[in-house]
Amino acid sequence: MKRKHRRLLAVSVALGLFALATALVLNALNSSGALAFFATPTDLEQKPPPPERRIRLGGLVETGSVKRAADGRSLDFRITDGKSTVPVTYDIANGPVPDLFREGQGVVVEGKLGSGGIFRADTLLAKHDERYMPPEVAEALKRSGHWQGEHPPATEAKP
Amino acid sequence: MIAELGHFSLALALMLALVQSVAPLVGAARGNLGLMALGGATAIAQFALVALAFAVLAHAYVISDFSLATVAENSHSTKPLLYKITGVWGNHEGSMVLWVLILSLFGAAVAWFGTSLPPDLRARVLAVQGMIGAAFLAFILFTSNPFLRLSPAPLDGQGMNPVLQDIGLAIHPPFLYLGYVGFSVAFAFAVAALIEGRVDAAWARWVRPWTLAAWCALTIGIALGSWWAYYTLGWGGWWYWDPVENASFMPWLVGTALLHSAIVVEKRDALKTWTILLAILTFALSLIGTFLVRSGVLVSVHAFAVDPARGAFILVLLAVAIGGPLILYAIRAPSFQGGGLFAPISREGALILNNLVLTVCTFTVFVGTLWPLFLDAMGGGKISVGYPFFDWTFVPLSVLLLVAVPLGPLLGWKRGDLLAALQRLMVAAGAALVVAVAVAAIASPAHALATAGLALAAWIGFGDLSEWAERVQLLRVPLRTSLARARHLPRGAYGMTLAHLGVAITVAGIAASAWDQERIEIMHPGESLAISGYAARLDKVEPIQGPNYTADRATFTVTREGALVATMRPERRLFTVQRVPTTFTAIHSDLLSDFYVVLGESDGKGGWTVRIYEKPLVPWIWLGCGVMALGGMVSLSDRRWRVGAAVRSRRATAAAAGD
Amino acid sequence: MLRRLPYLLPAVAFAALLGYFLAALLKSETHDPSELPSVMLDQPAPDFALEGLGDKPGFARSDLAGKVVLVNFFASWCVPCRAEHPLLARLAETAGVPLYGIDYKDKPADAERFLSQYGSPFRTVGVDPKGRLGIDFGVTGVPETFLIDKSGKIRFHRALPLTPEAIDKEILPLVQALQKS
Repeated sequence: MKRKHRRLLAVSVALGLFALATALVLNALNSSGALAFFATPTDLEQKPPPPERRIRLGGLVETGSVKRAADGRSLDFRITDGKSTVPVTYDIANGPVPDLFREGQGVVVEGKLGSGGIFRADTLLAKHDERYMPPEVAEALKRSGHWQGEHPPATEAKP
Repeated sequence: MIAELGHFSLALALMLALVQSVAPLVGAARGNLGLMALGGATAIAQFALVALAFAVLAHAYVISDFSLATVAENSHSTKPLLYKITGVWGNHEGSMVLWVLILSLFGAAVAWFGTSLPPDLRARVLAVQGMIGAAFLAFILFTSNPFLRLSPAPLDGQGMNPVLQDIGLAIHPPFLYLGYVGFSVAFAFAVAALIEGRVDAAWARWVRPWTLAAWCALTIGIALGSWWAYYTLGWGGWWYWDPVENASFMPWLVGTALLHSAIVVEKRDALKTWTILLAILTFALSLIGTFLVRSGVLVSVHAFAVDPARGAFILVLLAVAIGGPLILYAIRAPSFQGGGLFAPISREGALILNNLVLTVCTFTVFVGTLWPLFLDAMGGGKISVGYPFFDWTFVPLSVLLLVAVPLGPLLGWKRGDLLAALQRLMVAAGAALVVAVAVAAIASPAHALATAGLALAAWIGFGDLSEWAERVQLLRVPLRTSLARARHLPRGAYGMTLAHLGVAITVAGIAASAWDQERIEIMHPGESLAISGYAARLDKVEPIQGPNYTADRATFTVTREGALVATMRPERRLFTVQRVPTTFTAIHSDLLSDFYVVLGESDGKGGWTVRIYEKPLVPWIWLGCGVMALGGMVSLSDRRWRVGAAVRSRRATAAAAGD
Repeated sequence: MLRRLPYLLPAVAFAALLGYFLAALLKSETHDPSELPSVMLDQPAPDFALEGLGDKPGFARSDLAGKVVLVNFFASWCVPCRAEHPLLARLAETAGVPLYGIDYKDKPADAERFLSQYGSPFRTVGVDPKGRLGIDFGVTGVPETFLIDKSGKIRFHRALPLTPEAIDKEILPLVQALQKS
């Protein structure tokens, strides 16, 4: 095959693959499970999202609102941002309740707003008041439910 | 006093790195042997100085010198010595010093072992290494100094995070950095080639061992990280597609493409510009990856704001280190002469396809990782990208590539016979079919994809072995002849066979995760739980006292059909200093599956939430990675690609290869 | 020339990437850096009455009424607090408003030692040994700094150590505005 034709073929194949990848990416980005939008309880109250949208909801666990179902399979509580409150139910089959999940502590849940205004969470992350730790650990702890805010490493100490 | 020595060492190293960046380049341009040789001397001296600085830092950790801010933050007097040492790189500043240490080590290695390289190539390579070293040393000295003092020094440190005191987590950064930084050598060779205006087979022969070594280290580093997450985090997952994992995976993907591309340059004098581009991209991704996880710099827009000095420095560094070579590439690459012609269906063609798919896969991971950042920067709100994105983009593309893996090696150079190759893979196809049917018969239709995955693994594995059988003419000539041929196969061939086998093993492990079983129950002592033919009986939960923690320890007796399998003791520890409850999972592995037990919370009434998993073939995921790395190391030990092999004649090596 | 075009592609793509990062960097400088927006803004400060360190008196919310005040949560075990300390002193001076300290999840003896070593920029220090008041303030770590207006509402909450920029660009202007109202 002539060099020129071969180059044309290579470019076509490359473009084709790239197009395929782009199509897959766009498809994935638009489908419901891939992206989650951040929201606060006030956002949910004022602008309820469509039911299929995946939401990441952050706030504090309202004191006195935590209830465990009798069979231990679900956890119900309310998230508040000081202005609004959202009832949440979390099925522990989705993963462990983080050790730091506590009333009055920061928490982030991910899931969808279900019927009756109850947020059905499939991911539960409790905010961790720990100092700087290697980002690998921070990310990894996120997976077990310990979510750390953007506390930076120590600023330079004056010598 | 000693800490200041460390600081001074780094500053001196920076000076040397600057000299190393300029002098050899000038020498190469002018043919001045003296200036060129200076590159080697500065590289070795730079390594000695950085090693000294690292030793000083490590010493400070070992003797718990809390007058150093990093030691105060990350260490504690009661930490076991092992973790005091590994704590050196368990934080931003220390890990940067480790990075530069490994970089200067590689630079010194090229200087030491590269005496048979053409002096101008060697000089240019060392100059590029010098530039990278200078940039990182400047970064450390100006924004991340590990030798900053706290005055007066605190009485004790804060660094008692129990999660960090784990051997898996502690040793995986050095492997990752050996990988990331190792690719800097290929990068340096690529840039040197662009400056020189020449890429030939000898160049590829030089690049190959360094790339292989880096690739092996990165493979091990990624596998270690994944395994650590698995046994630490308590719910059986081993890959989350989070930015930190992706940051290490992307250079691995492109590095694999680089490895394969370099073969074509070496054997066929073709794909030169591709290989150069891949070498630049791999290291670029290493750089981006390193910074992506520094305080979440590139992932979180806000982390930039937290330390804009660092953020700006990194941006400039990336712009110069990556933008520069890419511009050079745009100017110089078109003039590189293409090598021999080849048909689309050929080993070259297959390797090009390999390159393309791997690059496109990397692109999808890249998009998924950085999309939240882009969207946020454009005011599109804050989003997060979850694992389904990657399942729907990366997986289909990688399957495309995996199907082709057994085919490529069976195609000839220049012009391959696809039909003949497929015929040779009949056994593999048969095996895949058998596996598919057998598994489908006992599995539910919901697991169709996983069944296909197992069949794919069989296809790759048996296809790989078929290729080896082909080489030794198994069953076509007397066994003795086959064995003789097997003994004389170059190690590189075994390296490939092993590495591709490792891929098959890992793919099988991943596919089998569809059949994980999980039970979450509240159990009381004496109760038993059945899962996958096992019975796990909770015997007792007792409070215990550790050296720096208290814990609740559960004892489980696990039996299968009445016979004892294991006694497992998961714990929930509460470390006294950190007051962080941490779960310690108990895992029983027989290499065919893992039995995984986690102790959750107490319900206050004598019951405990218990999570038990039975995960078939999950150990194969990391076993496969180990086999891949082993293949890489076997390849590395092949004499033909030993540093200095460029001197031997091509004819002799071609004969030994028997290709 | 046309032949050379594809080789330019990687450089162009990279330039676009850098452009995005730069935009992100520039945009982020006007952003509030905490991922969870502070839930306490414009809320009245929680009611409290804290003991002091050692024999010294503490303070209560009623002591803050009618004044613009700064409240800083700190601890002796917190290394960034140490780094922030000289900035706190400077802030107290230049802002011209009283700075109150709350010792969070700490041992009084350690806090006293910390303050005698580094000097105390605080008018008064209250202790919150279990962190209960911290929860009410929405504190998740130390150091954190709050600005409370004359009517007792929290008007500023920084969940990060202080930096000169934060002081000059955010706190001081707000203090001036609040003093006037």
